[in-house]
Amino acid sequence: MNLFVLLKTVPDTVEELTVAADGKSLDPEWLRFKLSDSDEHALEQAFLLKEKHGGTVTVVALDAPEVEEALFQALAKGADRAVKLTGELGGVQSLAAARLFAGFLKSAGAVGGDALVLLRSQAIDDLEGEIGPFLADLLGMPYLGVVVAVAPGDGGLTVTKEFAGGMRGEFTLPVAAVLGIQAAEKPPRYVPIAKVRAAMKSSTLETVEVTPDSPARFPIEKMYKPEAAGRAEMLEGSPEEVANRLVDLLANQSLI
Amino acid sequence: MADGILILAEHLKGEVADITFEMLCAGRRLADARGVSLRMALVGNEVAALAQQLGLADEVLVVSAPSLEVPAASTVAALLKSLMEKESAGLVLLGGTNATMGVGSILSARTDLPFVSYCKDMKADGADVLVTSQLFGGKILTNVRLPGGRGVVSVSTGSFPADAGRSEKAPPVRNVEVPLEASPVTFRSFIAPPAGDVDITKQDILVALGRGIQTQDNIALGEELAALLGGAVCGSRPVIDQGWLPLTRQVGKSGMTVKPRLYLALGISGAPEHQEGMKDSPMIIAVNTDPGAPIFDVAKYGVVMDLFELVEPLKAAIEAKKAGA
Repeated sequence: MNLFVLLKTVPDTVEELTVAADGKSLDPEWLRFKLSDSDEHALEQAFLLKEKHGGTVTVVALDAPEVEEALFQALAKGADRAVKLTGELGGVQSLAAARLFAGFLKSAGAVGGDALVLLRSQAIDDLEGEIGPFLADLLGMPYLGVVVAVAPGDGGLTVTKEFAGGMRGEFTLPVAAVLGIQAAEKPPRYVPIAKVRAAMKSSTLETVEVTPDSPARFPIEKMYKPEAAGRAEMLEGSPEEVANRLVDLLANQSLI
Repeated sequence: MADGILILAEHLKGEVADITFEMLCAGRRLADARGVSLRMALVGNEVAALAQQLGLADEVLVVSAPSLEVPAASTVAALLKSLMEKESAGLVLLGGTNATMGVGSILSARTDLPFVSYCKDMKADGADVLVTSQLFGGKILTNVRLPGGRGVVSVSTGSFPADAGRSEKAPPVRNVEVPLEASPVTFRSFIAPPAGDVDITKQDILVALGRGIQTQDNIALGEELAALLGGAVCGSRPVIDQGWLPLTRQVGKSGMTVKPRLYLALGISGAPEHQEGMKDSPMIIAVNTDPGAPIFDVAKYGVVMDLFELVEPLKAAIEAKKAGA
C-alpha cells in the first residue's frame, strides 16, 4: 500500500496557554508544540498496515513550529519519506490546509490505486473543522473518521469507526480513501531520542514550496480563557492533611 | 425574513441523541432572537416516528431511505445542501459527535459557507451570529462572527441544556424528496461494546485515571485505592489508547457515560470529551497538578497536587478510618 500520513503539531496543553496581546491568538513565547495524540495514532496505524501488508509510508506536514522534529521522529520510527510543505502559511485553517495537501497528494500520485491517506480525526485547535473530509471531497475520495481499526482485504478496506457509549460500526471502503484515525490498533510505538538524532543525521526532509489560495473563512474576533466556573471547593494543605479532609468528606457522605 | 436555521437531528439505533435536544434548545433561542424559522432535518431509514419528539422545531423535514441507515458523511452533506437551497436555510447546526464527524467540513466546502467547530455557545448579534468555541481541550475560548448568520456550526455536546430542547408538542412533519448522493462508504453492522469484567456504569465508586498516571505500572496505585474504597478503576482516553486499561473502562465521548456516587479523578485534566461522560456524577473529587485544569469546573472538591504525593496518605487515611470505625 502507498500510505500517506498527514501530520500537524499542536500546542502542548500540559503547558499553560497564554493569550497574546492582540487578544486573538496564543502567545507563542510560552508554547511548546508536539504532535497531537491522534496524529501519533494515525502514524502508528500506517506502520501497522505497512508491517502487515507491505508498502511505503510518506509523512507530510505543513511547516510549523517543531514540525521538523515530528517529521524526523516519524522517519526514526520507520517512515520511508518525509515532506515539509513550506510557504506563507500564517492564518491557514483547515480548508486552506486541505487544499495545500490535496495539491501535494495529486502531484505525488496519492489519488486512486492503492494510495491510502491517514490523518488525525480532529486536532484540539481545528476551529474550522476536520481537514480529512475537506481533503477527501477535494480529491473525490471517500472519507471515514473516528477510525479505530483498518483491515485490507478483498480489494477494499474494512474499517471500524467509533460511535458513542462504546458502540462501534463496521464499514467497507475502497482502498483509495481518506481515513481520520482516532486510535491505532496498538499504542503508538516509542522511539528513543538517540534514534531521532541519528535520523536527523542520516536522512533529509524534502521541502515543497506551496502557495495558500484562501485565507481562513472567518477572522477570530477574540480569544480568551474561560472564567473559572469555580465550582470546586479547593482543599489545601500537606498531602496528609488533604487526605484526612477527603476521608472525612467521604465518611460524611457514607462513601466509606 | 432572513434565512432560517436547519438542524440535523442525530439519532442512533432508534433513539434520538441528547445532542439533538441541546441543538433544539440553542436553535430555538437563536431563531426567536433573529425572527427566523427553525427546521429539523430527520435523516435515516424509517425514522419518521422520531419526529414527534422534536416539537420545539417549526417543522420537521423527513428524508427517509434504506440507504440512509448509517449514511456516509458526503451523502448527508449533499442532502443538507439540497435542503438548504429548497428551504432557504442559511445556518446549519450539527452535533459535534463521532456519528456526525465529517458532515460539516464537506457541507462547508460545497456551500462555500464558513464552518465553525467546537461550538459551546451562540447568540444573535444584529444580523450576525456570534459563535463561541472551546479550543485546546476546553482551556481557551474563541469568538467568531458569522456575517448574516450564515454558516455551518458543529455544537459540542454538553453545551446547552437538553431538557430545554424537549417538548410535548407535536411538530408539523413533512416528507421531503431530495436526490441521494451515492458513496462507496458502505455501512455493514454495529459492534456492541465487549462485555467487560466490570461494568463501570453500574459502580457506586469509580477511581478515574488520566494521563497524569504516567505509566502502566502506576495503574496498580489506582486499583489499590479503588479496592480500598470498594469501587473500580476507569480511565480517560489517553490511558485507554495506551492500552493501560481495557476499552470497557473508558469514560467520555467515545466511551461510557457514568454517574457513580463518587468519581475520584486522578491526573485527569477534564477535556470536554471526558466531561461528557462523567459531569453528572454527584460527588466529583479531582486531583490535578494544573490549577487551571477544566476538571475543577465540574468537580465538587479539588486538590492541586501531584497525585503520587496524595495516593499513599489517602490510602493510609482510609485504612485508619475503617479500622477506627
